[in-house]
Amino acid sequence: MKNRWVLFVPLAIMGLLFGAFIYRLVTPAETLIQSQWIDKPMPLFDLPPATAGVPGLKSSQLADGRPRLVNVFASWCIPCRAEAPQLEALKAAGVPIDGIAIRDRPEDVAQFLSEYGNPFDRIGADMQSSVQIALGSSGVPETFLIDGKGIIREQIQGVILAEQVPEIVAKIEAMK
Amino acid sequence: MGGRTLTARIPAKAGTQSGTKRRWFNVALDPRFRGGALLCLALLFAIPSFAQDRLPPAPYAYQQLNDPAKEARAKALMEELRCLVCQGQSIADSDAPLAGDMRHEVRSKIAAGESPDEIKTWLVARYGNWVTYDPPFDAATALLWLGPLLFLAIGGWLAFGRFRRGEGDVEDKA
Repeated sequence: MKNRWVLFVPLAIMGLLFGAFIYRLVTPAETLIQSQWIDKPMPLFDLPPATAGVPGLKSSQLADGRPRLVNVFASWCIPCRAEAPQLEALKAAGVPIDGIAIRDRPEDVAQFLSEYGNPFDRIGADMQSSVQIALGSSGVPETFLIDGKGIIREQIQGVILAEQVPEIVAKIEAMK
Repeated sequence: MGGRTLTARIPAKAGTQSGTKRRWFNVALDPRFRGGALLCLALLFAIPSFAQDRLPPAPYAYQQLNDPAKEARAKALMEELRCLVCQGQSIADSDAPLAGDMRHEVRSKIAAGESPDEIKTWLVARYGNWVTYDPPFDAATALLWLGPLLFLAIGGWLAFGRFRRGEGDVEDKA
């Protein structure tokens, strides 16, 4: 009988299945949900100022010909504190940065800015995360690279690291 | 997509006792606060890792719509949408602030007359099929739907071959 190997096919399939299960158990799935709202125009919004002294943010202001970053952050977000020096460095390199503060109170935003610096030209208050949801953003901090026409070109999830700063400056320069 | 290369997310951990300029580690080292710090540490490990904001929930996060028919449609949709923070729960089940805001979003849109399908399409355009527990049939889900048929076919083919051999020559069994 020449086709005896056929008998092992079910066993091999079960083996592959178990292998797949064990692989997924050992290496859990990627849990970062990337925004699909890329290469699309900024959703329409008009957010009030998040704190006194810094203007609010309108989506129409993001299409003024200057490529920029829109940083989604919150005063209650611990990693956002770690990101502050990198945002300062980006600002120092001439990259305009606007902020969207998620579920934040004016006094907390003011406290955050006084402790960690204010690299933002404008900060809109997104009290019910509606703009965050419209952006396809799933957490804080997140940073969106916006070109001069107000089109979202890239999403950076999580803290911007120091070594990413030159790369981001170059990308913003390239959009000019 | 270029985003992946830049990605290095530090997960947002539960909040500290904010409103003071103290850093958490200073508080933790202070003998006067050690008991509280221990409790905070314990809580840190006990609760899911989303940070705490200090705003009240959005109006429709925990409040039903007045119209029972609309609320029923909203509820059905919310049970089908996946929470982005505490993954593995629907936004109807989750107490994460972002899930509350998504419920508010869904109920507001339903109240404004949008259909559940429109809202789902709107969310999928932003978060991908990941956000729904009822993903469409496509390349990624094809194996899931067709797998059972495939296995049935393989089983049938094996059984068929066996029966045919049984009919044909008896020596094979020896």
